[in-house]
Amino acid sequence: MMILLQFDSKTVREPVISQTTLEKKTLINIIRASVGAREGELIIEVDDSRADEIIEFIESKGVKVTKIYEKIIKDDEKCVHCGACISICPVEVFRLEYDYRVAADSERCVRCGVCVTVCPLKALELSKI
Amino acid sequence: MTGKSIEEINRRISEGSAVVVTAEEMKEIVEELGEEKAAKEVDVVTTGTFGAMCSSGVFLNFGHSDPPIKMKRIWLNDVEAYTGIAAVDAYLGVTQISDKLGMEYGGAHVIEDLVRGKEVELKAESYGTDCYPRKEIVTEIALEDLNQAEMVNPRNAYQRYKAATNSSNRILRTYMGTLLPNYGNVTFAGTGEISPLNNDPEYRTIGLGTRIFLCGAEGYVIGEGTQHSPPFGTLMVKGNLKEMDKKYMRAAVFPGYGVTMYIGIGIPIPVLDEEMARFTAVRDRDIETEIIDYAIPRRNRPVVRKVNYEELKSGKVEINGEEVRVSPLSSYSIAREIMIELKKRIEKGEFYLTSPVKRIPTKATFKPMRQKEIVVVRNLMSKAISIPENTTIVEASKIIIDKGVNHLPVVDESNTLKGIVTSWDIAKAVAKGKVERVSEVMTRKVITVYPDDPIELAADKLRKHNISALPVIDAKKKVLGLLSSEDLSRLIVKR
Repeated sequence: MMILLQFDSKTVREPVISQTTLEKKTLINIIRASVGAREGELIIEVDDSRADEIIEFIESKGVKVTKIYEKIIKDDEKCVHCGACISICPVEVFRLEYDYRVAADSERCVRCGVCVTVCPLKALELSKI
Repeated sequence: MTGKSIEEINRRISEGSAVVVTAEEMKEIVEELGEEKAAKEVDVVTTGTFGAMCSSGVFLNFGHSDPPIKMKRIWLNDVEAYTGIAAVDAYLGVTQISDKLGMEYGGAHVIEDLVRGKEVELKAESYGTDCYPRKEIVTEIALEDLNQAEMVNPRNAYQRYKAATNSSNRILRTYMGTLLPNYGNVTFAGTGEISPLNNDPEYRTIGLGTRIFLCGAEGYVIGEGTQHSPPFGTLMVKGNLKEMDKKYMRAAVFPGYGVTMYIGIGIPIPVLDEEMARFTAVRDRDIETEIIDYAIPRRNRPVVRKVNYEELKSGKVEINGEEVRVSPLSSYSIAREIMIELKKRIEKGEFYLTSPVKRIPTKATFKPMRQKEIVVVRNLMSKAISIPENTTIVEASKIIIDKGVNHLPVVDESNTLKGIVTSWDIAKAVAKGKVERVSEVMTRKVITVYPDDPIELAADKLRKHNISALPVIDAKKKVLGLLSSEDLSRLIVKR
């Protein structure tokens, strides 16, 4: 599961991710990070089955946590099923179905946003968190 | 070999007894029944394609204003159209981009807006004449206000196209989509075995006058397309924009390249005899093309490998022993809808077949542009003063002063390029002290050119990398010479 962490001026100085890894003995995959002097934002991926306890732990450190459910959104009114997105996605979210329509497995999305800039029909959009 | 005529097929269509199948279905039928029986059984095969077709546009006639104007320049929603024809005629090309919005909006968007029933701003200016005194006009127009809106596309329905990849280490944004670095992906265009011209490769039935499905309207082939070069055949087509359906046309933007339009074309192919049955049974594995490297910005881009449409459609191809993912750029899904729609129209007796009035050439070559003179690196390069890797800084500084040069390519015993040092590198090494040999300060990742590269390419490399010289090497990285910005400046002095 993908989770958005928002750090304020205090928590941004704390090694929260390392603490979580050590304490919870869990692997954390950092998908995106934007860390400044006064605040920070991280998108991390954690094991689905342990998401709740990990979230609870991170929250206890004073970090704001939001679960990310929907990631890439495909507008089927705009999509012409050309498939330009298929080969550029690093995690293979897109594939051609049996009827040659482009399907998006949004669960796999890591929110890198590459497909959004590549789609000739502007049919792709990252969900707001 | 007994055959049937187009007249016979049309009679069956009017009686409602014609057997019409899609190109997809025909492959199966021929495999099952064989060519002879399939030719007797099937009357028409419908084909389809839906892809980005840049060479497209619309002739528009606006009618006369009062007082009248002879439009010299004209814009539709800030997209300029060509009006170097009569007073109120214009041609709007799909790739023309907006003066205000740039690549975000272009001719294709204006055309789509018109088909969607939207109003478009028309702005025109002129010099004024006795017969056309008006000098400017701004108004709103919709598709229904136009006298004619005729789509005329100089080059559509490419039979097959070269697939694209990228060997360089940077992302390329091209009309073949976004190409990832280091052979990161492959893109291809065309619908392969269901594409019109692949089902009539000798152009027996598709020619001048062939009635076709064009973006939902009844259109016509008006000759071979520009750059027609079998088996990379193309068609010039026309059709009435007012009868078109937004479902079968779509404005698109290829990031970093610009605006284009997805155009939907369906062509019915009469199964006149066994030969046509064989042609329409063509499979993706029989349709060959090449994957070419877009990293080389030259007319003749190197071929990475041969490939057929079956491999491309599988979604993965092998390049240099690695599996590379493939993106189609044409929509097989909408091409299929077009085949099925055309089949329905023929079955209902709403669409009849035509014999071509004139056939299009089965042999033609696509010539390169005649240029005044192509100056290549070889014409301007100077002799390179190369040094071995173990040259000392002191020796190098002497060479630089004695020979009056600024760049020393560093080579091994076989004259293979290993690096480059500049007078600046040497000066820095002297200032720092402690450095003994050039191998410690040389740049190892050298930007190079080939002797046959055009000088424009070399100048572009100098500018892009902010450097002042390029070693000229052969395919084995042996140093042949050096091209510096001073060498390039000789060009200007010569003039």
